[in-house]
Amino acid sequence: MLRAIGKKLLNSAQASGEILALLVETLYYCKDAPRNLPTIFRQIYDIGVGTLPIASLMSLFIGMVLALQTGSQLAKFGTQEAIGAVVGLSMAKELGPVMTSLLVAGRIGSSMAAEVGAMQVYEEIDALRTLEINPVRYLVMPRLLACLVSVPLLTIFAVMIGIVGGSVVSDVNPVINVPMTVYFDNLKNSLEASEILNGLVKSFFFGGIIAQVGCYVGFKTSGGARGIGYSTTRSVVMAFLMIMIADYFLTRFML
Amino acid sequence: MADISEQNPGLLKRLSHAFTRMADEQPVSIADYEDATGVSVQIEQLNKSFNGNHVLKDIDLEIKPGETFSIIGPSGTGKSVLLKHIVNLIKPDSGRVFIDGADIGKRSITDSNRFSYSMVFQTSALFNSLTVGENVGLWLREKEVFPERRIRRIIREKLRLVGLGGKENLQTSELSGGMKKRVAIARSLAMNPDLILYDEPTAELDPVTTDELARVIDSLKDMVNLTTIIVSHDLNFALYLSDRVAMMDKGKIIEVGTPEEIKQSQNPIIRNFIYTTTKGLKGD
Ligand SMILES: Nc1ncnc2c1ncn2[C@@H]1O[C@H](COP(=O)(O)OP(=O)(O)OP(=O)(O)O)[C@@H](O)[C@H]1O
Ligand SMILES: [Mg+2]
Repeated sequence: MLRAIGKKLLNSAQASGEILALLVETLYYCKDAPRNLPTIFRQIYDIGVGTLPIASLMSLFIGMVLALQTGSQLAKFGTQEAIGAVVGLSMAKELGPVMTSLLVAGRIGSSMAAEVGAMQVYEEIDALRTLEINPVRYLVMPRLLACLVSVPLLTIFAVMIGIVGGSVVSDVNPVINVPMTVYFDNLKNSLEASEILNGLVKSFFFGGIIAQVGCYVGFKTSGGARGIGYSTTRSVVMAFLMIMIADYFLTRFML
Repeated sequence: MADISEQNPGLLKRLSHAFTRMADEQPVSIADYEDATGVSVQIEQLNKSFNGNHVLKDIDLEIKPGETFSIIGPSGTGKSVLLKHIVNLIKPDSGRVFIDGADIGKRSITDSNRFSYSMVFQTSALFNSLTVGENVGLWLREKEVFPERRIRRIIREKLRLVGLGGKENLQTSELSGGMKKRVAIARSLAMNPDLILYDEPTAELDPVTTDELARVIDSLKDMVNLTTIIVSHDLNFALYLSDRVAMMDKGKIIEVGTPEEIKQSQNPIIRNFIYTTTKGLKGD
């Protein structure tokens, strides 16, 4: 039992180390980014435009639930005027970046793992090597850069839409009953640029995690079609965990 | 800290690998694109294990420049692993591989003795996000040395060589297995290699397509000057195409000879292999 836990710990330590090594290599190959611009833009398009509709819907409801929950609590103390600040701050600093990243990890990270995993299983990665093309440069670098750009962009959208969702609920809900003008005034007074930046920095890191984990898990794939399926789930679980852990430390550092 | 790195060699090893791989990047050299010259391949005392599974055992092999050489043997004897050593995709535990006298493990390949090799994989390994033409031209475009016009011409030419002229705009997913193999061959030829390796070129192909493929590979021998290594468990295919054949069994080379010599061999394993692959099941 203890041994099993120890082994798991060692394995995850090894995986983190290897992801770090992959990151170093990927960053090195960013020097070749101009050559791969078309791929990078296609990836940005896939990630950004592809995820935007669900991300919007998701954050709309997150904003609404947030307003409903906290608003009705605040109303008990008659402090519901603060609802704009509460929704805005939690969306910008925490829920926006985290939920968007989780969504992208589920949607994009997993498909990266599947795609790279299939290439690994069907010897396409080996083929790249014999064609003197470095797979990290050709596959990982464009995906990393695309995630670094599109996850923060998506986060900005998600935060805005979440705030709008919150404002509607606050206005319409009879218990909370905070007019939109009050809501947005309160929001403007409390939300500072540094706090928005805070959330963007987070989402930038999360984007990096998603790309690196997806590609790493893909490279590690073995064992045919079943292996590809396993990699898909593995990448999602791993990315979720690492995002949450990174979230804690980033919050701690930027406090 | 020392403790951690001992228990967990992966981290440091991976980091150092990452750095050496970056340093490994080869300079672009394409000056001698037009003249491929068959190279010699020499394998000395090659050994490889995967987690205690000793796959290659003291392999010695010598392949002459311009030769067509086949490695035959039953499934799982390490033929693919051996091929991947020759193209440096796998590093040996011990032993060396020389190509034209240069140790490929040393990577001291300078421009003057630089050779190019390419491999046709068992699964074809085409990139299915790219069209047929883009697959064939990938190496040329990545090298960024030739103007686009010339690249297009080379793509057309190589596709014609494998009997797929005019098919450059097809999606790879629209291709049959035999066509995929031929596109993979064209992609390899686009590198104008001195050495080309085929891993199970006939696996999963019907007899008619196999025949076609044999004819393609055969015709290449006259048109392009290169060394060819074929791994196969299709005995007739290997005997038909090759100048010499090596029989591999359980990680060892058990016999090397001309197709005639192999057919006449008294070695029981070879006799058995010939018997089972030509006459149906053993014990019939
Ligand atoms: N990357 C690897 N990790 C672990 N074991 C491996 C690896 N590659 C090959 N092996 C093992 O090496 C042995 C030989 O495999 P190889 O693919 O070379 O066989 P083969 O002769 O090409 O067979 P086939 O004709 O079926 O392709 C097998 O037992 C396989 O399990
Ligand atoms: Mg094989």
